Amino acid sequence: MIFGFAVTVAGAATLVALWSFVQSARNRLPDNPLLIALAVVELLLVVQLVIGIVLLAGGDRPGSLATYLAYLIGSLVVLPVGAAWALAERSRSSTAVLGIACLAIPVMVLRLNEVWSGATA
Amino acid sequence: MEQQRRTASGPGRVLVAVYAIFALAATSRAGVQIGTKFHEAPLAYLLSAFAAVVYIVATIALARRGDGWWRVALVACSIELLGVLTIGTLSLVDAAAFRHPTVWSVYGEGYLFIPLVLPVIGLYWLRKSAPAKVSA
Repeated sequence: MIFGFAVTVAGAATLVALWSFVQSARNRLPDNPLLIALAVVELLLVVQLVIGIVLLAGGDRPGSLATYLAYLIGSLVVLPVGAAWALAERSRSSTAVLGIACLAIPVMVLRLNEVWSGATA
Repeated sequence: MEQQRRTASGPGRVLVAVYAIFALAATSRAGVQIGTKFHEAPLAYLLSAFAAVVYIVATIALARRGDGWWRVALVACSIELLGVLTIGTLSLVDAAAFRHPTVWSVYGEGYLFIPLVLPVIGLYWLRKSAPAKVSA
C-alpha cells in the first residue's frame, strides 16, 4: 500500500467524524457540506481500492489475500449504508451516526495496511 | 399524537450504527477465518461465527419496530453480554485454548473493549424503550 495515501484517507475520515460529532453536539441535522465531505472520503476509498487492485495486479501480495480484500471492499460499504441510515430519520442523532460511520474508516484503513505489510489476520 | 418509543429512534440510531459496524467486522473476520484456515482452530472460529450471528440479529432486531423485535433484541444483547463475559474470562484463565482471537477474547481487548460496553448500553437502551413503557 502507499502509506502516505492511507494516512490521508484515515486523516480525512477522522476529521469528518470530528466534524459530525461537533455538529451533533450543536444540535444540527446532517447538512449538505457534511454529506459532501462524506462523499469525498468515499471517493478516496474508491481510489484506495483502485490502488489496491493495481498493486495486486503488479504481483505484490498481502499477508492474507482474503482479509485484505475484505477490508478493501468492506471499507467502501460503511459510508453509503451509514448515510442511508442517517438520512432515513433526520435528527441530531443521525449526524452522530455519520460520525460513527466515519470513525470505522481509519480503523479499517489501519488494518488494511497491517495486512498489506504482512499481518495474516 | 402519541410519541412511541422505538429502539431505532433518536439515540437508538447511533446504537444500531455501532452494532452494524460490529456485525460487519465480526462477520468478515469469521468468514475469512472459516474460509481460509478453519482446520487450525475450529472451536475459536465457530465462536467467531456465533458472535457474528449474535451481532447481526441484534442489529436487525434493534433496527426494527414492534414488541417481538424488542424481545429478540433483548435476547441477543443478553447472549452477547454473557458471551463476552464467558469468553473473556475463559481466554484469561486458559490462554492456551484461546490463542486464536475472537471478538470476545479478553473482553474484546482487540476492539477497544467496545464488545464489553456495547451490550450494557444495548440492554440499558432496551430498558428505556421497553414496550411496557409505551403508553397506548
